[in-house]
Amino acid sequence: MTLTRKDIEEIMGLLEASRFDRLALEMDGVKLELERGGAGLRERPSTGSGRADVAHPPLTLSSSKGRAEPVEARRTTQTAPAQPTLIPSPPSTSPAPADGLVEVKSPLLGVFYRAPKPGEPPFVEVGSRVEPDTVIGIIEVMKLMNSARAGVAGEVVEILGVNGEMVEHGEVLMLVRPD
Amino acid sequence: MAKPIRRILIANRGEIAVRIIRTCEALGIETVLCVSEADRHSLGAQMATRAVCIGPSSPAKSYLSVETVVQAALGTGCDAIHPGYGFLSERAELARLCEQEGVTFIGPTAAQIEAVGDKLRARSEAIAADVPVVPGGPVGSPAEARALAEQIGAPLLVKAVGGGGGRGMKLVEDLTDLDSVMDMASAEAGAAFGDPRVYLERYVAKGRHIEVQLLGDGEGRVIHLGERDCSVQRRYQKLVEETPAPHLPAATRERLLAAAVRFAERLSYRGAGTVEFLYDVERDEFYFLEMNARIQVEHPVTEEVTEIDLIAEQIAIASVQGLALTQADIAPTGAAIECRINAEDPASSFMPSPGTVTDVNWPSGEGIRVDTHIVPGAKVPPFYDSMIAKIIAYGPDRASALQRLSNALANTRIEGIATNLAFQRRILADPDFARGGVDTGFLTRLLEREPA
Repeated sequence: MTLTRKDIEEIMGLLEASRFDRLALEMDGVKLELERGGAGLRERPSTGSGRADVAHPPLTLSSSKGRAEPVEARRTTQTAPAQPTLIPSPPSTSPAPADGLVEVKSPLLGVFYRAPKPGEPPFVEVGSRVEPDTVIGIIEVMKLMNSARAGVAGEVVEILGVNGEMVEHGEVLMLVRPD
Repeated sequence: MAKPIRRILIANRGEIAVRIIRTCEALGIETVLCVSEADRHSLGAQMATRAVCIGPSSPAKSYLSVETVVQAALGTGCDAIHPGYGFLSERAELARLCEQEGVTFIGPTAAQIEAVGDKLRARSEAIAADVPVVPGGPVGSPAEARALAEQIGAPLLVKAVGGGGGRGMKLVEDLTDLDSVMDMASAEAGAAFGDPRVYLERYVAKGRHIEVQLLGDGEGRVIHLGERDCSVQRRYQKLVEETPAPHLPAATRERLLAAAVRFAERLSYRGAGTVEFLYDVERDEFYFLEMNARIQVEHPVTEEVTEIDLIAEQIAIASVQGLALTQADIAPTGAAIECRINAEDPASSFMPSPGTVTDVNWPSGEGIRVDTHIVPGAKVPPFYDSMIAKIIAYGPDRASALQRLSNALANTRIEGIATNLAFQRRILADPDFARGGVDTGFLTRLLEREPA
């Protein structure tokens, strides 16, 4: 059996709730080492952007061949609490996109869904034509589903919102080349 | 079951957001600050580990949206929500949704918020806890009202059940006016608060507002952190607060503190809360007014004399640590006074004056503390409360605290917007205020003598 990301997060939760600082787990040729970084290790960026680059937990997953491979691509030398990390969201006040593209922004904070239901095709894909009232996604706020509309006529050029992830109010969901 | 708190969502703005972030930084707790569009570039947004935009500037669509705030907490992996004061801090709905979603609400239980939020219910809780209340009570029919009014005697107040902070109350000086005032008050209460119920209450001619800071462990143990006198009010809005309450007889003070503790013990109150009393100066009696189930604006004066971080205690109580303090740990020394600095223009009937603070110089020095989110270039949006800072002075005694505060205000400079700074200096310089123990009519008399 293999450890999924969800399994690892659950194990991290167990470690966090315990009074131990370190956990090593070896099973079926997989070795997992977790270490609690402790409090006060985050750093505030000096740029004043208000977004901290919080490091991922020092998480290494060794294969049976003994070759350590980082589970997460984004690792830093910093240690951090054994907790899912705060991923900074894209800057909310991004400069106007080039080429006269129009940003379609989320009308509210919530979880962004690209399709009406899991397993169904997305409302729009790159290349889709949209009208101002075309539904481009759903924003869920505490089980309440709200439609997000394009607000512009044109062609979808890029989709920035990630399905199933939280988006902020005003966060750019996609870019549209207007007619 | 209490869980460890590693990351807190702050569902508030302004100075209290900054205040909460500072304590979280000291405790090594990460913060996610909810911001509206108007507050994207606020000091709090820069200081927090992360800021999330929860909606447009209008508070109804951002800071007052229960579902959005809880969604933001879940979406950013926060263990807990700190509601600050105002906004959602005393909305049982938020506490309840947090309970359902497994997010720790840093505050009392939903049931406790409901118990103290309804004035009539809070009053009957007070009576049950043997805490004195203002003579009066709820009235239905006009005949009932007349009978009760005869008992209380004039002058009396007609108050809206759903009102608060001075809103929805009317004075009856002559009992022959009772019927017409009742009709008007009930109609206004229905329109303003969606609840036409009113009650009658003895009017105390010379009263002081004295409140007690409490901490409860949620299992029946409650301690007090002394009292605060907040009698300097304009239209029921507090402007200057201090501790201890000047010239309050020692025996009365002991009875007042004990009554507050009894009230909260009966509810098995959890977290930080404040019981407010009206102190009848002429009778040397006090009456229960209400309980505020949140951290209050004026909490710093208590922190200054007790050296206890109340925000840290709130977090500890909500987390696995619980309430570690006992009554024996509370030993206030000295005196502290706080002035609220508001973006409002006393010269044009205290109209709010939003805008950009082009430059600002906050005071510093021995015993001086400033709680603010205002830095040079900061914007004061027109959508929210006008308070921009609290300047607090501590001293070994009241006279030295007052002297330090007066000097601090003299060294404060705020450019770009109108503020009540000069008006606050006038209050501090007033001989009656310097003597201490003014009643709630003090500011009205000051303004009658000479308008701002």
